[in-house]
Formats: sequence, structure tokens, C-alpha cells
Amino acid sequence: MSLYFTIAAVILLFVIIFQIAKASEYVDILKGEERSRKHNNKINGFLMIVFLVLGLIGVYYCHEILKGRLLGESASVEGEKVDSMMNLTIIVTGIVFFITQILLFWFSYKYQEKENRKAFFFPHNNRLEVIWTVIPTIVLTVLVIIGLRNWFLFTGDAPQNAMVVEVTGKQFGWIYRYPGKDNEFGKKYFRNIDDATNWVGLVWADNAEMNQKADPAAKDDIVLQQTMYVVKNKPVKLVIGSRDVIHDVGLPHFRLKMDAVPGIPTSLWFTPKFTTAEMQKSSGNPNFEYEIACDQICGNNHFAMKGIIRVVTQEEFDVWLAQQKPLYLTAFPDNNPATVPGSPATNPAGAAPADSAKNATAVTMVSNERKN
Amino acid sequence: MNNEGVIGTQTDVGHVHAAHHDHDGDHHHHHETFISKYIFSMDHKMIAKQFLITGMVWAIIGGLMSVLFRMQLGYPGESFPILETLLGKWAKGGTITPEAYYALVTTHGTVLVFFVLTAGLSGTFANFLIPLQIGARDMASPFMNMLSYWFFFAAGVVMLSSIFVETGPFSGGWTAYPPLSALGSASPGSKTGMDLWLISMALFVVSSLLGGLNYIATILNMRTKGMSMTRLPLTIWALFFTAILGVLSFPVLLSGFILLIFDRNFGTSFYLSDIFIQGVGALPNEGGSAILYQHLFWFLGHPEVYIIILPAMGIVSEVMSTNARKPIFGYMAMLGSLFAIAVLAFVVWAHHMFVSGLNPFLGSFFVLLTLLIAVPSAIKVFNWLTTLWRGNLRFTAGMLYSIGFVSMFISGGLTGIFLGNSALDIHLHDTYFIIAHFHIVMGVAGIFGMYAGIYHWFPKMFGRYLNNTLSYIHFWVTLAGAYLIFWPMHYEGLAGMPRRYYDYSNWESFKQFVGLNQFITIVAIIVFATQLLFLFNFFYSMYKGRKVTSQNPWGSNTLEWTTPINPGHGNWVGEIPEVHRWAYDYGKDGHDYISQTTPVGADESRH
Repeated sequence: MSLYFTIAAVILLFVIIFQIAKASEYVDILKGEERSRKHNNKINGFLMIVFLVLGLIGVYYCHEILKGRLLGESASVEGEKVDSMMNLTIIVTGIVFFITQILLFWFSYKYQEKENRKAFFFPHNNRLEVIWTVIPTIVLTVLVIIGLRNWFLFTGDAPQNAMVVEVTGKQFGWIYRYPGKDNEFGKKYFRNIDDATNWVGLVWADNAEMNQKADPAAKDDIVLQQTMYVVKNKPVKLVIGSRDVIHDVGLPHFRLKMDAVPGIPTSLWFTPKFTTAEMQKSSGNPNFEYEIACDQICGNNHFAMKGIIRVVTQEEFDVWLAQQKPLYLTAFPDNNPATVPGSPATNPAGAAPADSAKNATAVTMVSNERKN
Repeated sequence: MNNEGVIGTQTDVGHVHAAHHDHDGDHHHHHETFISKYIFSMDHKMIAKQFLITGMVWAIIGGLMSVLFRMQLGYPGESFPILETLLGKWAKGGTITPEAYYALVTTHGTVLVFFVLTAGLSGTFANFLIPLQIGARDMASPFMNMLSYWFFFAAGVVMLSSIFVETGPFSGGWTAYPPLSALGSASPGSKTGMDLWLISMALFVVSSLLGGLNYIATILNMRTKGMSMTRLPLTIWALFFTAILGVLSFPVLLSGFILLIFDRNFGTSFYLSDIFIQGVGALPNEGGSAILYQHLFWFLGHPEVYIIILPAMGIVSEVMSTNARKPIFGYMAMLGSLFAIAVLAFVVWAHHMFVSGLNPFLGSFFVLLTLLIAVPSAIKVFNWLTTLWRGNLRFTAGMLYSIGFVSMFISGGLTGIFLGNSALDIHLHDTYFIIAHFHIVMGVAGIFGMYAGIYHWFPKMFGRYLNNTLSYIHFWVTLAGAYLIFWPMHYEGLAGMPRRYYDYSNWESFKQFVGLNQFITIVAIIVFATQLLFLFNFFYSMYKGRKVTSQNPWGSNTLEWTTPINPGHGNWVGEIPEVHRWAYDYGKDGHDYISQTTPVGADESRH
């Protein structure tokens, strides 16, 4: 019911505005076109200066309200450079913004049509034009130089001591892979992917049809979903890929992002400065997490494609890592001498252990799909 | 430069001075039926009106879509029964589903960029102004011109039909990146909806090429006597560069689409490799590159934003100079900067792909070239400001929108300096910062240019005036509203809030903006309602507006104001006037204005 009232009210408002507009047009005709134009001109000229003043107040007010909701200090060493560059760019563009907008509306107000004023015939002036070609060029050159220096740092090689984690996007979540004890990532191939057991398609077994040989390095790789752990003050390099469509590893707190493209690995590195616990304290939000936001539309659940990065100290990390089990052993518990078959207690991220039989059916299913 | 033979015979032309909207007009001499006059018309002015009105219909549809998805953003999860009435299964229980949300976002983007700001803007004004301002009786090929409109119309019909297919319209964003757009199994919108989207876009490319070639041919070959290239009004220059951009870049987009059609339907792997779809399994495709599509897309996609903004710049230059009663400052610099922008438009496309894994070294060139565009843009802004300086400004609605355009172009242009610098883009990419940036600099500024043109040339189009009071209300509410909507979005972007999210409430990092999103939604609804006010003004004034009584109501120099108040097909009664000077002799030697057709006096000062 209230909806119909709203619609009725809006229509009524329209009718009133229209009637006023029509009436004022009749008044204009009665007053004479020339006089009414001058009258309208005055009103609009005045509104120009009103808009300028209110606009400037609005810019200030908007900043006051929203500045507290921004990100705060960068949580990565590299992100500091983004922030300082951002501040410089805000200052430079801010100066230009205020000067040009003030001139625009001020000129509009000041030079509104007046009886005794004659427009100044001023078709061109080379010196002026050279000035406002050269100054922007110089300023932009400075911004480009700073920008490119940072760009090559961000996209350049990660430091030698960087920890490497592989991040794979899928509809709609993230998979992380650590190299395991041998510190080497095993081979993977997308045709080996099985959603129940082998999420990234590690090459665990020989397969003549696909011309592949089992890679021993793949058998100790730790594969996880949901949450990834990294170490405070230790550079981490993410090797990024996707299983299906394009995703994007968006890290607002670290000020970085990189697309996850199927078939083309990309990479990104940064050095976390604060542990998650420290951020929870400093932000005053006990639920704070470093969230990975998917920043490239990837389907209907794009908005829910969240990952968590937990930054911890080296000691905490070592304890955590020791508890992780290679995915191979989760998939084939029989092959693990240390585990009693049928005890899923230490399975990471709730992946159900699958017996070999189920695994086999899954593989046949996949190859059947392909034949279809 | 003789184009007398283009439209029928001279005697015919002489009889066409009945009002356009006058159905009982005098047409027994030239056998015009309703169909040949209003539907399959070959008169450039009628085709322009067709483009304009079709564009307006799409603007309303696209705008309404943004209102619908803003409802979800402002009030996530809340139930509005009216939405279920409107959208049926796409808003079960009154809440828009994610499927519908993404379909709305995608269609909103596609429709506004292509149908409104490309066809509606340059289609309208290129058709209307080119022959009138260069002194020609019609386009080089009126028939191709008609086809251009009808291909656009067909594109619209196909796009509209995609809304009604069972799996929904395409919903992977207006950029349609594969693999998402290539695989129906990855998203239901990528099934039939995407096929229709591609057909629609292909038809649109054909329309745009037919139009563009015609505009170029007309401007180069059919200028009246004395109309040298450097005497052309800036509108024509802008439309000329726009047409060239379109002709050179739309075919590349089409090639990208054709490869996509192959990948979708014929089992090729241009864009596909290493893909495992949940519930389907591994796909056979190997060796393709998803990034290839992005290159092909943005090779059009970037010039496309200049295809949108250049006509607006041209219109603003012309309207501003006329109403400041002062020549446009630095005509040659304006021309040079249009040219520079048009050239640079082709070498900056990869700045949309900084975080796609593009080679960083290659990326650095695109940073440099992108920021270079700021220089011609700055020249244009300063020249507009100087045009206002010491003028004698008449605030017609067209003039107000021109000033609004400059304000928007400054605000949105400056944020381009952030995004063009890859080291900042790596944080801001695909956040609300980019939403704010391109809506201000391309969306709002483009629409403002279009409004400036509509308000300025409405008397020439329909022989009547729009209602002033409604125009002023429309302008001030839209200007203030546009800033209220898009300015705060910069803050959301700085906080890293991603675009194209259906709901932010589960995110610790972004849920602090609930109140702001609500505010933006409310303003968006008000601004949308104000556009309906304009629409009403437009159609009401078309039939009932105050009649134009003088041939040159704005005191303008350009040729279109030397035609009869309601020009017929062929534009001028009798001979086409000869041109003796540039278009911007306002306030020279104490004259308020000197029409382009006035011969240069012996004692006139030189400049």
C-alpha cells in the first residue's frame, strides 16, 4: 500500500513541477523573451556560486565522515610505497582539482551576461597554451618515474628468502599449495583434477594415455582450502593460477592484486608487517582477518569468493606446518605408515578422505565426460 | 564541392518546409509516405532523431536496471514485493537473485556504453550536425545511413530478447572476458543469453561501421564552397575523429567476438586452456590464451571511451563558445588535442590489463602513454576555462550542461592519473574507485555532452523550445546528484571494495559502507526520476513547446542556423550558402556574432 502512496506522491510532485514550469513559461512570454532570459541568467549565475560553495563544503564533509573507514596503515612493506605514492598523487591532483573547479564556477558566476559587458575577443595565445602544455607534462613525468620505480619493485623478482605458496582460484574459492618437506612443488596437470581428492591435479600416478609419469615431489605437497598461513616480516611469493575462469587475488590490506588466469601462471610477492592478531588489536575489530577478495567477475557467486590469509609469527607457523599432512596421504590413507586407516582426525579443511575405489570412479567419470 | 545532385532535384527541395511533426504537411509534391518519412527515412535529420529517441529508450531501460541493482546494494537481502512483480523468478520473495543482479549489471553496462553513449550520442549528432554544419544536403550515402540505424535497431531487438530467455541474459560483465563468457557450464548467463549478446554486438558493429564510413566520406567530400577543414566547427572535427576511431577499432572487436563464437560453438581453443569445471570435469581445450581476448577487446574498448567523449567535447566546445559570446580559445590547440587523443587512444589499451599478468616491462610503456593523454586533456580543460574567462555568459540549458561537462571531465580525468599509473592500479583495479572514475568521466560527462547537444539543437530539430524551468531543475538536480552518487565511491575504492559484488555483508573488510551504499541508492533513485522529468519535457515540448520564431535563436555562427526553421529534406531552400570564415567570430570588432556566411570585410581585424 505504501508503495502506491509513494508512486502517487511522486506523480503529484511531477505534476506540480510541471505546472510551475508551464506557468513560468507564460510569465516569460508576458515579460518578453529578453527580460526573462536575463532574469533566468541571474538565477543560474547565482546558483553557480552556490554550487561551488556547497560543493567544497561537501568535499570536506564527505572526507570527514569517510576517512575513518579507509584501510589504515598498509599491512605490507611494499604497500607503504603504494600509500606514499597515493598521497602524492592525491596532493597533486587535489591542487589541480580545486584550482580548476573554483575557476570554472567562479568564472561562470563572474562573467554572466550583463548589459554593459562586452565579451573579450580572445581567440588564442601561444604563450598561455605552451605554459599549460609544459607544466602538466613535467608533473606527469615525475609521477610516471615514481610509479614505474614502484611498479618494477612490485612486479620484479621476489627476495631470495621468500616463502613460495601456490594459489589457485576456482568457482568459488581458493586453493593453496605448499611444497612440503622437499621444498619443491610437484608437477600438476589439469586432467588429473578430481574435486574430491586431487583439487589441483597433482601428478601422483603414471598415466600412459596422458603421457605422464608420477612425480615424487607431488606426493608431499600440502594442499589446503579456505585459509593460508604466512609469516610476519618474511617475504611471501604467491604463484597464482586458476582452475576454471579468470579470478583475481585481491589483497586490499597489502595494497596489491593479481589476476588468476587459467593456463597462464602469474605471481605476486609482498612482505607482511603485522600478524593477524596484531591487526585485530590495532583495528579494534576482534573479527579482523586478511581477506582475499576475488576482484574479477567469475560467476554468480563471485561476491562470496573469499579466502583468508593468516599472518603469524615464525614459531606459530612452524607449529602449524608440522600439523599439515600432504594431500596425497589424505587421498590415499593406506599409503601412510603413520596413520591408522580410517582415522580422519587431521584432515585439513574438511576434505573427506576418499578410498581408492571412489577415486577410480571419479577419474573414469571425468574421462567419460571428455569423450562426450 | 558540388553536391546539388545528392537529393532529388532542386525544385523538390524548395517545397519542403512543412513542420516535421506535421503529419498533414505539404507532401503531394514529393510522394513521401508515412513510412518513407518517419520509418525508413533517408533524411539525415530524421535518422538522427531515430537514433536519439532509440538511445533515450535504451537510456531509460539501462538506467532503470541500475536503480534495480542499486536497491540490492543499498538494501542487501531486504524484500521489495514490487521487484518480484517486475522480475518474477529473478527476484523471488522480492529480493533480486545473484543471477539477476549480475545480468542487470552486465546489461546496464553494455547498453549504456554502446547503445546510449555510442549510438545515442555520436549516432544522433553525427547524423544531425555533419550535413547541416558543413553545408551538405545529406550524407554521402543516405541509404547506408538508413541501414546504419536499422542495424542498430536490430541489435537492440536482439539484446532486448536476451532478457527473456530462460537461462537469463549474459551476466559476466560488459567486457565479457572468457573463459566465463565462453562456457555455459561456468555460468547460466553464458548459455543462450551470451549467444544473443554476441549477435546483438555484431549487428551493432555493422551499424557503427556503416555510420562511421559515411560520416568520414561526408566530411571529406561534401563540404560547401569555402568550408576548408580548418573552418569546420569543432563539433565536426570531434565527430570526424570519432568516426575514424570507430572504423579502425570496431573490426578488431568483431574479430575478438568471432574467435569467441568459435570457442563457444565449434570446439576451438583460442581463449581456452587448462580448464576444469566443477560438475563437468576437465575440458578438452589446451593451448589457448584468455588474455588474447582482453587485448582484442580493449583494442576497441579503450578507443571506445574516446568514441564516447570526443563528440561530447565537440558539442561542449561549440555550445560553450556560442553562449559565452566569445570564440573558443585556441581552436588549433583544441584541434591538435583532439588529434593527439585520437592517436593515443590506440596505444594505451593495455592499461586495462595491468594486473592480468601482462609483462611488466610492456606495462611500463602503457603507463607512460596513458599518462601522456593527460596533457591534451589538460589543454582542453584550460582552453574551456579561458573561453569562459571575460565572456558574456548566457546560461541556456545547453550552456549549463557544457559547464557541468567540464566540471565532470576534470573530476573524472584527474582520477585517471591514479589508475593509469600501474603501481596505484595494482591497488585500485576493479574496485569502486574505477567505478567512480569511469562513471564520472565517461558516463556522466558523456551524458552531459549529450544533454548539452539536445538542449542546444532541440529548436533546430523540432522547431520548438524545451521548457526552461524544467531544464534548469533537470540540470541542477542531475549535477548535484551525480556528484553525490559517484564522489563517495572513491572512498570505497580506496578501501579496496571490489566492484560487481552482490552483497558485502559477509566481508570484514568492506561491510563498513552499508550506510553509504544506502545513501547512494537513494540519490540514484532521485536522479533517475529527474531524468523522467527531462523525458517528459522532451516529448511534451516536441508537440506543445513554444514555437521557434527566429531563424537563429542562439545568435550562432554555424551553418545550420541559416536553414529554414523547419528545414526539409535537402536542408537549404535554394543554393547552399558559401562559407567565408571560421565558426567562432563572436564578439569580434564590436559585432555580437558574424555568421560563417558573411564575407570578410575589408576593414576587419585579423587574428
